[in-house]
Amino acid sequence: MQDLYREHILDHYENPRHHGVIEHADISHEESNPLCGDRIRIDVKLDGEGERYRIADAAFTGDGCIISQAAASMLLEDVVGKPLDEVAQIEPQHVLDLVGVPLTAARVKCALLGLKVLKTGIKLWKLQRT
Amino acid sequence: MTNDERWAAADERAGAFDAKGATLDARRIRADFPILAQPSNGKRVVFLDSAASSQKPIQVLQAMDEVYRRAYANVHRGVYALSEAATARYDEAREKVARFIGAPSAEQIVFTRNATEALNLLAYSYGRHFLRPGDEILITELEHHANFVPWQVLAQERGLTLKFIPITPEGQLDLQKLDELLTPRTKLVSFAHVSNVLGTINDPHPIIQRAHAIGAKVIVDASQSVPHMPVNVSDMDCDFLAFSGHKMLGPTGIGVLYGKRELLEAMPPFLTGGDMISEVRFDGPRWNEVPLKFEAGTPAFVEAIGLGAAVDYLSALGMAAIRAHEREITAYALERLSEVPGAKIVGPTDPEIRGGVVTFTLDRVHPHDLASLLDRDGVAIRAGHHCAQPLHIRLGLSATARASFYIYNELHEVDALIEAIYKAKAALKR
Ligand SMILES: Cc1ncc(COP(=O)(O)O)c(C=O)c1O
Repeated sequence: MQDLYREHILDHYENPRHHGVIEHADISHEESNPLCGDRIRIDVKLDGEGERYRIADAAFTGDGCIISQAAASMLLEDVVGKPLDEVAQIEPQHVLDLVGVPLTAARVKCALLGLKVLKTGIKLWKLQRT
Repeated sequence: MTNDERWAAADERAGAFDAKGATLDARRIRADFPILAQPSNGKRVVFLDSAASSQKPIQVLQAMDEVYRRAYANVHRGVYALSEAATARYDEAREKVARFIGAPSAEQIVFTRNATEALNLLAYSYGRHFLRPGDEILITELEHHANFVPWQVLAQERGLTLKFIPITPEGQLDLQKLDELLTPRTKLVSFAHVSNVLGTINDPHPIIQRAHAIGAKVIVDASQSVPHMPVNVSDMDCDFLAFSGHKMLGPTGIGVLYGKRELLEAMPPFLTGGDMISEVRFDGPRWNEVPLKFEAGTPAFVEAIGLGAAVDYLSALGMAAIRAHEREITAYALERLSEVPGAKIVGPTDPEIRGGVVTFTLDRVHPHDLASLLDRDGVAIRAGHHCAQPLHIRLGLSATARASFYIYNELHEVDALIEAIYKAKAALKR
């Protein structure tokens, strides 16, 4: 149990980075995990243009278990400042590495909710522009 | 005390155990459940999730194994000895189930896959055949999705109105609203006998009597009652009753729909194909008699026979004794939980009206985190909305933690639960 709730995870849960909403965000998307009711909304502000869009800022709100909320906090900390196209390609394993503790199958879904919201949000934004 | 020490102490006491009064000797019962003796993460598991599905005694496993080894051939279709042996055992299982729930005859027992399929059968066959636009279906706010979604879909498809009996703040059905909710257009009333979240035991009699008085038919979702307490469909006078085998020591893949004979006879089939017809001509089929009319294709007859063995096992213990045992554990769990700072019990706190389901929240600890932490201590509970999302919306909660009890649970397992909760709180600094 010490594993699953290591200090850094509890810290991200207690003091989430990039927590809140961004007014006039370029991307806003929200989803919930139907099995457990975990819910996450992510807002993204972009800068740059064309091929060089970059995540200038991002913020999340939500409610749910420690794993889902801490993973979202870690994810946003990781992606802010990165090129959008790179972020759109992030693999689930990358988030699991950020979380850095072994998760059971049920909890993997919690950890990946933030990534799902972010990637779907990016996809919808791209669709809208084409 | 660690769980292992607690088990060891219980082992010692077990020798001196005198089966007092009506309650069960859970210690002796446990010996019939191989999985409960098996270590998980090196620990004996404290299994508190029987409301989701129960464990299986060797008697059930052996009954099924026996059929596969000695009496297996497809039922109904063969004239040779093996097929007749399998058919006879299948018929016998149906009779056992009928007796167990006080059904007037075995023909009124339809085998389904589970309670969900039994309720869908009713929505498709009864609902789509007998209900007209403008008719009303009355369910409750505390239903499992299995007794919620089929009616929602039916209502949307057929232009029916779906209404809900509300719950009181204590988590009981608010029957004061019943007369207002029942109208001449109410054709069906369906409710859970026992809530899988609140644990509330709903008294079926006033609902059934008042629904019948205005000519509505009544369905009882007995998924959480038939496994845990005496249930008699004839006394209850319900029109239909549904439950699953896997929650009552039986295997997965087998469930039961009971119905009044004249209703089952008037209903069209649900699925069509083999076994459910008496004749197929080029100009059309003729349906088989009930219950076979509702059992298209090769049935899960080995599982039905397993369910028959489960019914034998439960009957030998006595359903009143099972209820008394669970009431005792539930009362103890409610008492111990109420002492935990930050713990809030969801549903009635009176064990007289509560089945063996104790649902709770813990201040500033998400139920998922709690369940993960408890798992590390070998304590298995469930977290989430337990397939009752509308109820959780009503309660203003996104998820809850649930411990549920059965014949093999012992009082000291409640102590293990409570201690693990304190440890979880400490791990999360709550
Ligand atoms: C009250 C209630 N109804 C229906 C069901 C559905 O049972 P099954 O999934 O076996 O069909 C359950 C099981 O969780 C239940 O608790």
